[in-house]
Amino acid sequence: MHNAVNVNNVSLAFAAGLVLVALFIGWRQKLGVDRDMIIGVVRAIIQLTIVGFLLKYIFAVNNVLLTLAMILVIIFNAAYNAMKRGKGIPNIFWSSFWSILISTSVTLSGLVLAGAIKFVPSQMIPISGMIASNSMVAIGLCYRNMRTLFRDQRQQVLERLALGASVHDSAIGIVRECIKTGMQPTIDASKTYGIVSLPGMMSGLIFAGVDPVYAIKYQIMVVFMLLSATSLGSVSACYIAYRRFFNDQQQLISASDNGK
Amino acid sequence: MFYAYFRLNDESGDTMTALLTMTDIDYRVGERQILTKINLRLEKESNLMVVGPSGSGKSTILQIMARMISPSAGQMTFDGHDAFTYDPMVYRRRVSYCFQQPTLFGKTVADNLNFPFEIRNQSVDETRQHELLAQVNLSPDYLNHDITGLSGGERQRVALIRNLVFVPDILLLDEVTTGLDTDNKAIVHSLVDHYRDRGGTVVWITHDESEIAAADDLYEVVAGKHTQEVRHA
Repeated sequence: MHNAVNVNNVSLAFAAGLVLVALFIGWRQKLGVDRDMIIGVVRAIIQLTIVGFLLKYIFAVNNVLLTLAMILVIIFNAAYNAMKRGKGIPNIFWSSFWSILISTSVTLSGLVLAGAIKFVPSQMIPISGMIASNSMVAIGLCYRNMRTLFRDQRQQVLERLALGASVHDSAIGIVRECIKTGMQPTIDASKTYGIVSLPGMMSGLIFAGVDPVYAIKYQIMVVFMLLSATSLGSVSACYIAYRRFFNDQQQLISASDNGK
Repeated sequence: MFYAYFRLNDESGDTMTALLTMTDIDYRVGERQILTKINLRLEKESNLMVVGPSGSGKSTILQIMARMISPSAGQMTFDGHDAFTYDPMVYRRRVSYCFQQPTLFGKTVADNLNFPFEIRNQSVDETRQHELLAQVNLSPDYLNHDITGLSGGERQRVALIRNLVFVPDILLLDEVTTGLDTDNKAIVHSLVDHYRDRGGTVVWITHDESEIAAADDLYEVVAGKHTQEVRHA
């Protein structure tokens, strides 16, 4: 651990100069992102500082309920953010919440049962964050694509319904396409690990002075974990959400549908 | 506001023998009234032609009949029962709606003609598919044709026989011959005649003068006022 990274406040202040580079580019190119960038940086500093102290406390207490509560908070926040991608789809928050809960709990349980991680807050919470955030991104992509496909393929869905197809048979093509969209970034990223990017967990362990060969084992575990999380999250989100495009009369909902 | 009033055959008809009835059907979207007090009675094996200016609500009536949309008020019966008590999926297999500009899905004609079998969990009956293709002057080879290579008339014919793979009780045709040439129209008319000969009931929307002239019963929907035009062949 003698090579462990040591970021002191002075080096952090110098690193903050990199933000000025980004701000300068934004200002020079008239991108109009200056305000968002400053808000993003300030939020990141505040949120990470709070989380740092919170995690320090939770790790020290090492309480099962507190650990589970923290994981639930992570899932709640991930669901809230995924919800923003599904605006216009009814009850989309709960669809997101249940999907991320399923993907996180199943994947975490698998890892714990396999002995890959221990049920301690210092392992459970960071891993939950990784799973939930990847599920959140995957689900967000699913929702965005689902809204687009239900709009673009509206006539085809109507034709299938008119032929006497169930809601499932009318929309299954869209559902499959959306699940694929949700999983694709993780699949693509897994193909380039090691040759394009040294992923977060592996980099973190190497930074912390861990033998790279040992770090690779953890990264391989993360690849498995994220594939499971994004597939579970995408599948459950799509199967819950697509039904929200139909009413109880198995009609495709539209602004012009008055419903009976 | 559109106001329409329909009666098929005579106004004193027995509701119990009608295949489909609509009573005081209203349809509105927000504050906009699309249909008001639609009353309609459809006997088995009848051929009803619905006419009227564009935007008068003709397609809306057919879509309500097919339960693709629900009315804001009023009652509808099918086969002597409240139409809304049927499972929508089962109902739409018996009251089949063909869109004005139908879309073929999948890649080939077979994808479209297999679909009615797939949703019923039945194995595909190629003999039935060949029979239907023959009825619209298309050879069995067409099953493997890419849908993007079909002409407008061929697409319309494939869409129509897709609705007839399993024979429905009522066939709802929403301007299905609009834009077709004389030959394609004749093929569609022949297909519908064949369906009617087997006891089928048809509701058409059309602007075509020759189809209007050939209608058994003609009903007009006109915006803003109660119109009734009945002509028995």
